[in-house]
Amino acid sequence: MRIVVDLNRCQGYAQCVYLAHEVFRLNGQEALTYEPNPDDERRLQVERAAAACPVQAIALDRVDGTERGEAS
Amino acid sequence: MTLRATVAELVREFRASGRIVIVGASLAGLRAAETLREEGFTGSLTIIGDEPYEPYDRPPLSKQVLKGWVPADHTKLPRMRDVDADWRLGVAAVGLDRATKQVRLANGEQVPYDRLLIATGTRARQWPNPDEAALQGVHTIRSRDDAAQLQKELAEPPSRVVVIGAGFIGSEVASVCRELDLPVTVVERGSAPLVGALGGVIGEIAAQLQRDHGVDLRCGLGVSSLEGDSGGHVRRAHLSDGSAVDADVVVASLGSIRNVEWLEGSGLAAGFWGVGCDAGGRAFDINGVVTDSVFVAGDVARAPHVLYEYQFLAMEHWDNAVLGAQAAAHNMVNLEPHYRPHLLLPGFWSGQFGVNIKSVGVPPFGDEIVFTQGSVEERHFAAAYGRRGRIVAAVAFDHGKWLEYYGRLIERSGPFPPPPPGWDHPPDTKPVPAEFPDPRVPTAVPDVVLTGHAPSERTAAFRPRRH
Repeated sequence: MRIVVDLNRCQGYAQCVYLAHEVFRLNGQEALTYEPNPDDERRLQVERAAAACPVQAIALDRVDGTERGEAS
Repeated sequence: MTLRATVAELVREFRASGRIVIVGASLAGLRAAETLREEGFTGSLTIIGDEPYEPYDRPPLSKQVLKGWVPADHTKLPRMRDVDADWRLGVAAVGLDRATKQVRLANGEQVPYDRLLIATGTRARQWPNPDEAALQGVHTIRSRDDAAQLQKELAEPPSRVVVIGAGFIGSEVASVCRELDLPVTVVERGSAPLVGALGGVIGEIAAQLQRDHGVDLRCGLGVSSLEGDSGGHVRRAHLSDGSAVDADVVVASLGSIRNVEWLEGSGLAAGFWGVGCDAGGRAFDINGVVTDSVFVAGDVARAPHVLYEYQFLAMEHWDNAVLGAQAAAHNMVNLEPHYRPHLLLPGFWSGQFGVNIKSVGVPPFGDEIVFTQGSVEERHFAAAYGRRGRIVAAVAFDHGKWLEYYGRLIERSGPFPPPPPGWDHPPDTKPVPAEFPDPRVPTAVPDVVLTGHAPSERTAAFRPRRH
């Protein structure tokens, strides 16, 4: 799956780190880093993290990845 | 048919069967394509990208990818909807003919359009000496491939890394090196890291941050040459003070160059500054007259900003790519009075040395700075930038929750120094000079000249550069 975090919006509440610590990490107190293309088996965890984000900064893919004709 | 009905019919017909070409297949290009479809555009859509990869996100490259946590190919951007496009990836656009409305590709093909979006972004400025730049171990970082190769070499590990230039990318690379416990020397021509973006006062704090984390930081110095071994691998950097630093990896982080060369001869207001456009993303031609069929978005766009005296600003920020692309795409399938302006308060972030540095507004627009919250010693603070008694920007170190407060003040053209937020007040709240470098440095500005005498003949032209 694919995600992207709007880090302008992110304020480091770290709810995502709590709910999906394999995908989201804090570097220090506030700087969020994450795995943009986590394994599909993490989807439920990531969806919960996105729903729990107080500033709704986590965007998930709404359609499946690559279209015909695109390289990857 | 009334005129209004005719115009409505034109818009309907264009949305149904027009041809749109997007040049640039990164964040701005992708979000523009999604917006076009969202707005009901069902005509043909072609997306041209010089890299062979589908759209990916660049900010992770200099952070979690370099660190070795996230593979470089795990940065593919999520899709908000299907765009049903003809993707032309791995082939660059090399020319634009506005008279025949065609984009020329590197393979000689011509792609016709009715409306065009330019989203070609920027590239990394290379180390200026081509022989030295070609040495193994010398890197820039902008693309997925750049990041993958540099990550591999950092993992080996090298005996020392030299970073040339302490802007955001250079500072982030240095931070990753220290996280990986690699010795790193940062050479910065200015007085401190981040000085161009945040000024000398914040630069001093960033300098101390780097030194506290074990960076060998050398400011006020340049790298005069890079020395390779007989196998063509870089081994040493010679500095402008006559000293030398042994290193196996050199990262040149010298800023970016806008990808406008392919627009030469197109008659657009395109140059080293980017592509001039209005706040709705409509490109200006070389005379400064707005065009109807060419639009611009992302890092390469330069548009007047209402909050900054209508000065033309290029905002090389992530949300500018997203929101600028959405506004431009909306305007591509609408006509007056349905145009939408792109009125973004600029903002960016940078994670380095365990600190989250965030900013809103345009700090270099200010000439004074005042610390408004927190503690500089603890690197947990907010500061505001001002000009002529009004707030124009703010910066926060691990204090991001408060940026919204400052953002609202900037949008309302609030006073400087700003009213205290009533929380976490530092002892000293006296504004001081923000210490931005003197902008009056010579640059390689191309000449634009005016020709013709009669008002109907007057036109602007690029004059070939004289050497």
